[in-house]
Amino acid sequence: MAYAIQGAIQQAAAAGLQNAGEFAAPKRLNHLKTLEAESIYILREAVAEFARPVMLYSIGKDSSVMLRLAQKAFFPAKFPFPLLHVDTSYKFPEMIAFRDSYTREIGADLIVHKNQEALDQGANPFALGTQKCCGLLKTKSLLDALTEGGFDAAFGGARRDEEKSRAKERIYSFRDSLGQWDPKNQRPELWNIFNSRLNKGESIRVFPLSNWTELDIWLYIHMENIPIVPLYFAREREVVLRGASIVPIYSQSDLLPGEKSQRISCRMRSLGCMPCTGAIRSEADTLPKIIRELLGFKRSERENRVIDHDEEGSMELKKREGYF
Amino acid sequence: MSLHAANEQKDGFSTLLDHHLHKDMLRFTTAGSVDDGKSTLIGRLLHDSKSVYEDQLASVSKSRVNRSSGPIDFSLLTDGLRAEREQGITIDVAYRYFETPRRKFIIADTPGHEQYTRNMATGASTADLAVILIDATRGVLAQTRRHAYISSLLGIRNIVAAINKMDLLGYREDVFRRLYDDFLALAGQLNLENVVGIPISALEGGNLVNATDRMLWYQGPTLLEHLETVPVRSEVMQEAMRFPVQYVVRPDADFRGFAGRVASGTIRPGDAVMALPSQQKSRVRSIVTYDETAAEAFSPMSVTLTLEDEIDLSRGDMLVTPENPPTVASRLEAMVVWFDAEPLVPGRTYLIKHSVRTSRAKATAIDYRVNMNTLEQEPAYELKMNDIAAVQFEVAKPLFFDPYERNRTTGSFILIDPLSNATLGAAIIRAALPEAAGLDTDWNTPVAAEEKYRRHGHAPALVLVEGRPLVAQYLERALFAQGFEVALVSGEEVSAGRLGELLALSQSAGLVLIYSTNAISSAEKQALSGGAALRTIDLASMDLPADDEAAVSPAIAALQSLRIVAGPADAGEVN
Repeated sequence: MAYAIQGAIQQAAAAGLQNAGEFAAPKRLNHLKTLEAESIYILREAVAEFARPVMLYSIGKDSSVMLRLAQKAFFPAKFPFPLLHVDTSYKFPEMIAFRDSYTREIGADLIVHKNQEALDQGANPFALGTQKCCGLLKTKSLLDALTEGGFDAAFGGARRDEEKSRAKERIYSFRDSLGQWDPKNQRPELWNIFNSRLNKGESIRVFPLSNWTELDIWLYIHMENIPIVPLYFAREREVVLRGASIVPIYSQSDLLPGEKSQRISCRMRSLGCMPCTGAIRSEADTLPKIIRELLGFKRSERENRVIDHDEEGSMELKKREGYF
Repeated sequence: MSLHAANEQKDGFSTLLDHHLHKDMLRFTTAGSVDDGKSTLIGRLLHDSKSVYEDQLASVSKSRVNRSSGPIDFSLLTDGLRAEREQGITIDVAYRYFETPRRKFIIADTPGHEQYTRNMATGASTADLAVILIDATRGVLAQTRRHAYISSLLGIRNIVAAINKMDLLGYREDVFRRLYDDFLALAGQLNLENVVGIPISALEGGNLVNATDRMLWYQGPTLLEHLETVPVRSEVMQEAMRFPVQYVVRPDADFRGFAGRVASGTIRPGDAVMALPSQQKSRVRSIVTYDETAAEAFSPMSVTLTLEDEIDLSRGDMLVTPENPPTVASRLEAMVVWFDAEPLVPGRTYLIKHSVRTSRAKATAIDYRVNMNTLEQEPAYELKMNDIAAVQFEVAKPLFFDPYERNRTTGSFILIDPLSNATLGAAIIRAALPEAAGLDTDWNTPVAAEEKYRRHGHAPALVLVEGRPLVAQYLERALFAQGFEVALVSGEEVSAGRLGELLALSQSAGLVLIYSTNAISSAEKQALSGGAALRTIDLASMDLPADDEAAVSPAIAALQSLRIVAGPADAGEVN
C-alpha cells in the first residue's frame, strides 16, 4: 500500500506539484499535510490515553479519509482498534459491498451492529418519520454498540464545516454516562491539549477531521488515491424523482404506487440511508471533475440529507441524545 | 483499487490543486463584549465573501428569530445552538471555515459574556490574529480589556481593533479616532504589537469586505483585505528541537518507534538527541512515515522516530537537542486563566496536562491577580472564575518546558480536577522557581531564620486581633489554605509574661502568629512591643467590615506583602 502511495506522490510531483510541496524551502507543510499531521496527532493521543477506543465507520468519504489517517498514524503497526459500523439496514448495497471488501483488504477488525429489535418491529422512516427512525436505528443502536463493546472513546469523521451545531463541537466531545452531549457545558479545549479523563460510564467522541472542509476531503482523496464507494462517481442510474429528491432504484419494488423510474446521470454528494439521501444530477465521473463541480456548488453538502432539516436545530437535538 | 489520479487531464487541474495546497492559512478569533456584534460580523463576512450556501441562507431567513433590523439576521449563520438563537447570544466557540482566492481562514467565533471567558480563551489559544470588536456607542469596556489581555497573554501577535456600529454614530471620524486612541493606549500597556484599527458597520457590511462611501475619510484596508494580506508568522519562535513522545509503536520485536509530533525544530537521521527525564543520549536512526522514510521532520509534522540505541523512553517523555535542552524544574511560575466556579486555592493539588504528559501539581501560592479594570497587580488568596493570575506550582515530577513566548507547545498546560475531571484552567509557563531546600545538608551550619522564611515563601509576622475571635479563626484557615505557616494563639491560653518568648519563637520558626484576645491589656502591650523585629499587623487599625467573613479579605490582602517573591532563576537547568 505504502508503495502505491509513493507512486501517487511521484505522479503528483510530475503533475507540477513542487515535489508534493512538502520539502520545498522555506520549510512549511502544505495545507493537506498540515491537516493530516494534526489528525494523526489526535488519533495517537486518543489511542494512548483511552482504555478501549473504537472507530465509527460509516463507509462514506470522510470515514475513508479517517481510516487512511489511522493507517498512517500507527504505521508500521496496524491501527490498534476495531471499526464499528452502525447498520440501519437501509444503506445502499454498493456501500455494504464496499465496506466488506475494503475492510477485508486492509485487514481491519470490523464490528457491524444493528438494532435488530427495532428492525423486527418494522422500524422505517416512512412509518416513523426520520427523527424517530434515526433515534432507533442510529442513535440507540450506536449507544448500545458502544456499551456492549465497553468502548470509552469513539472516533467519528464529523467535520465542523458540515453543519451549525457541529461547528460548536470540540475535538474531544464529552458524553455523560447516557451518551448525551451538553453543548452548554463543554470542556474548554486549549491549544492541542486534550483532557481525556473520564469517570465510569462516561465516554468521549473524538473528531480527528474537525478542521477539514469538504474540499479538503476531496483533495486528500485525490492526492492519496483513497478508495471510495462508487456511488460518489456520476454515471447513468435508474432513479425515481420523488419531490425534490432523486432517489436511486434497485428494483421495481422500490417504486411507490404511480411512480415511474428513469435513467439519469447522477451521483451522491454525501452518503446516508437510502430513503433519506438523494442523488444530484452530475456528469462528474472522476475526482478532478468532482472537485471542480464542488467548487461551483451553491448549496451545502447536507442539503440532500432529510434528517438535518425536519426541524430547526434538529441535528443539535439528535446530537444531545447521543447521535453522532 | 484503481488509481483515481491516473488518466486525468493534468494541465488545468494540477494548477488548481497546486493553488489550493499552497494557499496560506490564517486562524483568527473574534473577541469583545457581549452585543458588540461579533456573530453579525462573521455572518456578514461569510455572506459578503460568498462563503454561504444558498440553502443555509434560506434556513436563516425563514428562522423564527430575527434580532436585526434587516431582512436577514446574519448572527444566525454562526449561532448554531438553540439556546444561542433563543437568547440572541453566543455561548460557545463556533469554528467557521472559508476561503478567498488569496487565503484560507479558520474563524473561532467566541462569546462575549464574561461567564464564557473560558470559551474566548479556547478560541484564542490557536489563533494567529484577534479581531477585537469595540461597540462605538459604548467604547472600551472591562470585557474589551480582558479579551485584549488574554490575547496578549496567549501570544496573539496581530490585533485588529474593529470599531463597530459606526452607522449608529453617523460614521464620524472623530468617534473612530477617539476609540482607536483609547485602544492603542490599552495595547501599549499590554505590549500588543501590530495593532490595526478599522471603522466598520457589521450590520450594514461597511468596511468588512467592501469599502463604504459613508466613511471616505478612512483610507485603510477593509477587514477582509487586511486578513488576506497580514503576514502570518509561524507560532513556533524557537528552533531548538522538541519532540514529545506520544506513543511507542511496536509491531514486532524488531521495530521500536517513537511516534509524536515535532513541537519545534528539525530532526534528521544521525542527529544527536537526549531523552528527558532519563537524560540518556542517542542518535536518530530513521524517520518513518506511512508514505516514505523521510529525510527530515519539522514542526508540525507527525512522524515516528527510531533510535540507534535502546534507551529508556516512553509516552510522556521528550526527545530534545542536547545542545539546547529545555528547562527541567519542579517549581515554576505560570499565568493562569481560571475557568471553574470552584476557586483555585493555594495548597490544593491538581492534575496538569503539559504537552502529552499528565502529572500532579500543587498550587503553592498566588503571586498576584491582574485587575481587569486597571490591569494592575493585586493580591489574591484564591482565584475565582475568569480571574487571571500569576501562580506558583510545585509539580510531583519535574516538568521539561520552555517559556511560552518561545514555545507554545512546551510552554503551556491545562489544569484538571482530579475528582470531577473538569478542565479548570489554562496555564502559560513563565519561568522556573528555585527548588525548595534540597538534601545537600551542611551539618556544620545552623539553620538561619532566613532559610526557613525562604522555604515558607513568606516572612514571619504578628497579627493582632482584638475582640473578634471568629475573624481570627477564619484568618488562620485562609492563611493556611494559601500555604502560610500559621499559628493561632488565644490571649486566654498564654500569660502576658510569656508573650515575649512566644514572639521570639515565632520569629525564629518563621510563623505568622495570630494573637487573638478580647482586649489588649497594658501588660500585653508592653510584652508585644518587645518583639520589635517582628512585623506587627494590628487589625484594629485597619477599619475592617463589621461582617466577620468580609473582614478576612482585606486582612489577607495586607498580609500578601509578607511573601518572598522568588525571581526567575536558572536552578534546575540540565547541563
